[in-house]
Amino acid sequence: MESFSIEYLGLIPLFPLLAFVIIALVTRPLKRLSAYLSILAVFASLLVSAWALYSLVIAFLSHASGEALVKELTVTWFSVGGVALPAGLILDPLTAMMLIVVTIVSFLVQVYSQGYMHDDPGYSKYFAFISLFTTSMLILVMANNFLQLYIGWELVGLCSYLLIGFWYHKPEAAAAAKKAFLTTRLGDLGLLVGILIIYFTTHSFGFAEIEHEIKVGALSGGLLTVAMVCVFLGAVGKSAQFPLHVWLPDAMEGPTPVSALIHAATMVAAGVYLVARTFEMFAASPDQQALLVVAYVGGFTAIFAASMGLVMNDIKKVMAYSTISQLGYMMMGLGVGAYAAGVFHLFNHAFFKALLFLGSGSVIHAVHDQDMRNMGGLGGKLKITFVTMLFASLALAGIPPFSGFWSKDEILAGAFEKDTLLYIIGAVAAFFTAFYIFRAMFMTFTGKYRGAPAHDSHGSAGGHGHDSVHASASPEDELRAKVKEHASGHGEHGIHESPWVMTVPLILLAIPSLLSGLLGSPFMGMAFQSFIEKGAEVHEELNYTVMMSSIAIAVAGILLSSLVYYFKIIPANLISRPLPWLHAFVLNKYAMDDLYGWIVNSVVLGASRAALWFDQYVVDGIVNGVANLVGAAGGALRKVETGQIPNYGLAIFAGAVVISAVLIISGSTL
Amino acid sequence: MNDPIIAIAFFVLAAVLLISALAVVMLRNIVHSALFLALAFVSVAGFYILLNAEFLAAVQILIYAGAVMILLLFAIMLTQRANTPMSNVSNSQAGLAAIVAAAVFVVLAFVLSKTSWLTGAAAVTQPNTEVLGKALFDYYVLPFEIASVLLLVAMIGAIVIARED
Amino acid sequence: MLSLNHFLLLGAVLFSIGLYGALSRRNAVAILMCIELMFNAVNITLVAFARFLAPAATASQSLAPVSTVGQVFTIFVITVAAAEAAVGLAIVLAIYRTRRTISVEDVDLMKW
Repeated sequence: MESFSIEYLGLIPLFPLLAFVIIALVTRPLKRLSAYLSILAVFASLLVSAWALYSLVIAFLSHASGEALVKELTVTWFSVGGVALPAGLILDPLTAMMLIVVTIVSFLVQVYSQGYMHDDPGYSKYFAFISLFTTSMLILVMANNFLQLYIGWELVGLCSYLLIGFWYHKPEAAAAAKKAFLTTRLGDLGLLVGILIIYFTTHSFGFAEIEHEIKVGALSGGLLTVAMVCVFLGAVGKSAQFPLHVWLPDAMEGPTPVSALIHAATMVAAGVYLVARTFEMFAASPDQQALLVVAYVGGFTAIFAASMGLVMNDIKKVMAYSTISQLGYMMMGLGVGAYAAGVFHLFNHAFFKALLFLGSGSVIHAVHDQDMRNMGGLGGKLKITFVTMLFASLALAGIPPFSGFWSKDEILAGAFEKDTLLYIIGAVAAFFTAFYIFRAMFMTFTGKYRGAPAHDSHGSAGGHGHDSVHASASPEDELRAKVKEHASGHGEHGIHESPWVMTVPLILLAIPSLLSGLLGSPFMGMAFQSFIEKGAEVHEELNYTVMMSSIAIAVAGILLSSLVYYFKIIPANLISRPLPWLHAFVLNKYAMDDLYGWIVNSVVLGASRAALWFDQYVVDGIVNGVANLVGAAGGALRKVETGQIPNYGLAIFAGAVVISAVLIISGSTL
Repeated sequence: MNDPIIAIAFFVLAAVLLISALAVVMLRNIVHSALFLALAFVSVAGFYILLNAEFLAAVQILIYAGAVMILLLFAIMLTQRANTPMSNVSNSQAGLAAIVAAAVFVVLAFVLSKTSWLTGAAAVTQPNTEVLGKALFDYYVLPFEIASVLLLVAMIGAIVIARED
Repeated sequence: MLSLNHFLLLGAVLFSIGLYGALSRRNAVAILMCIELMFNAVNITLVAFARFLAPAATASQSLAPVSTVGQVFTIFVITVAAAEAAVGLAIVLAIYRTRRTISVEDVDLMKW
């Protein structure tokens, strides 16, 4: 396995961690230096990760398989009583793949952020948070036990919170950060419970040990299913699956590169990673019930989120629902047992969805608006952005040979074999996906520019990042103010392509969007899947029916989209006019937020009020009652103290007589 | 102690003592009570003579019937206002006090009847003032001096407390 | 014939009478007088012990003139009683000056 030693793995999160510490403590006033430091650190991590991956790939190519592709290092972190808490690293194909995805996307996003965030007052802080996030994510994926994974899990949650609320002076951003934190926390509770159930039955945190214990029957039957569903609940929260998906669209309040890194490529994929990492345990549950839950939640989320993507007008919201939907796909893939396909989709999705977000960021950077109704005709102005996003869109829609096709098709094939209902859901969701992503593309890049004239950007660098609004001014307010400032008439002439630091990452991400799928295509003998499955031979019979039909579905979706939004043959309000309530209902995200708001307000607060009443009247009543009883007894008994000296003297002598009498009667020798 | 005269004297003195003691606690005029108290003190001195303690009898007369009675009478004189005939009434717990006092007597009498005293050769059969004096200034000289300090403290304390200021 | 028990019984009666008076009187001076009665009861018993009880067998080794112990005790009791009477009566006078009464039922500051 070449010369890569497992100990080197520890270096990977160390670089960004050092960057975080140095930026936070030393170089915060020096913006450029902070950015370079952070980028350099993640590049170093990228190199080590590439080395790790390379060592595994070499081994894989020399037909190593099974445990030969897994390296583990476990030490005892500390022990309390009889409980030894482990710390350890694992390097297997799954981790190596995740490492490379995280470091590449993080690296490109940070390069891109230099342009996007270039005059934000929190520039250094931003890079510090990104570095911390990268560290946390790397810790998460290289953990070989639940404990360490949970630490990374919570750390990425914290970073997500910090970065969503990066512009904390905006009330929406602060609220979105809170919402994201609390919603994922709900899932994390499930994960914790699951971990504890597993620990108390198998007495182990390590993945390998737990799998072994499950094999010998330490944890089985219904309890195993319950434990794994609890673990899955953590994944539901982190990967924004139904019903805990509500935080992800709101998380778009954060800077767009953050959305690309955290809320598209890496952190939200952690849920999928968790299920993939513990796949053996899921599969061990009786009748694979736990996997069935994963499959149905994922499938439902896929179609549910895609339907909301159809009607959103905010370009980032479309991307957000698309992300939720695609994560649902991955879950469904894992759930139907197409383990490698699900992981493969994670891999492809990370690149093309990061690209879509960064492209959106580029568009927003140019027009200072997120509403697609105010865009249009930008294809000519933002050529690089347009072309790269087109690549990503084709990948997302599932047109061969773009990457998304191969993994999505394989998931659908897996679903087709397992469960027809899931296949239909997946197919419909795929149709929606193709439709909404090209709706977004057409609305943004074709037709005529519909927006208010953008302001004249100063110089070559392009104007302010859209998101870097000052104080509490909403984007629109700022925009209008600028429109007034500059006499109208500039029109769309002020729109420029983004600077090279932003376009180069787009181009670099476009390459894997086009090609990464080929790694797992039949042309390369399903090499990716075989690698992920630790060298197992993958001989999948190609299901040409599914393949052809999924191409047809994607093409149909794109075609319909073009008829509505490009050729405008079909009116866009064909459905929303006769059924306005349906449109409004979907646009209102199926009223899920209202439902949760109602639950929190009436159920949770109601229960809290009941608890308050119980505390005030029952608990306090008992406490005060005891005190009052003592007080009343004292009030009654104090009458004994008359202050009359003869009374006291009488009592003394009466007592002496009684004591003497007792002594005499008891026969004591006086 | 076998002399019938002494026995007669004992019972006469006992009658005088107990009657005057009862008078002290029963009479409602405090001046009368005080006078009967003086009589009681004197009869106690008679018992001391019966018990061959003539020095103590003298001390009893001098200190109790003399000094203490004077003090008490002064106190009565200084604190008494109108209604002298009802100056020594009982309080609200007189009945209970009688019961407790009777109970104390029963306990004491019971203990006395149960105890066998080591009565042998009579210890003090001769007048012994000289022996007593030697004992006080020899073996008991420290308690004696402490007692004199106690009296000094009591004197100063009484003056300080009773002084008008 | 007269024995120790006669004197002790006499002392017990006198003590109980004094106790009754001390507990049942209202006048503070009267209570002091009754306490003097109780002292005298005790003194009688002490002197009677001195008169009737045989010195302990070990007494010869002691420097104390054992035959006089009871009487010495009595002397100290009389001394302390005199001191007590002086201080007690001074207190009564002080109370009388501030409260214009020496009824113990009216002096009840030592209560709730």
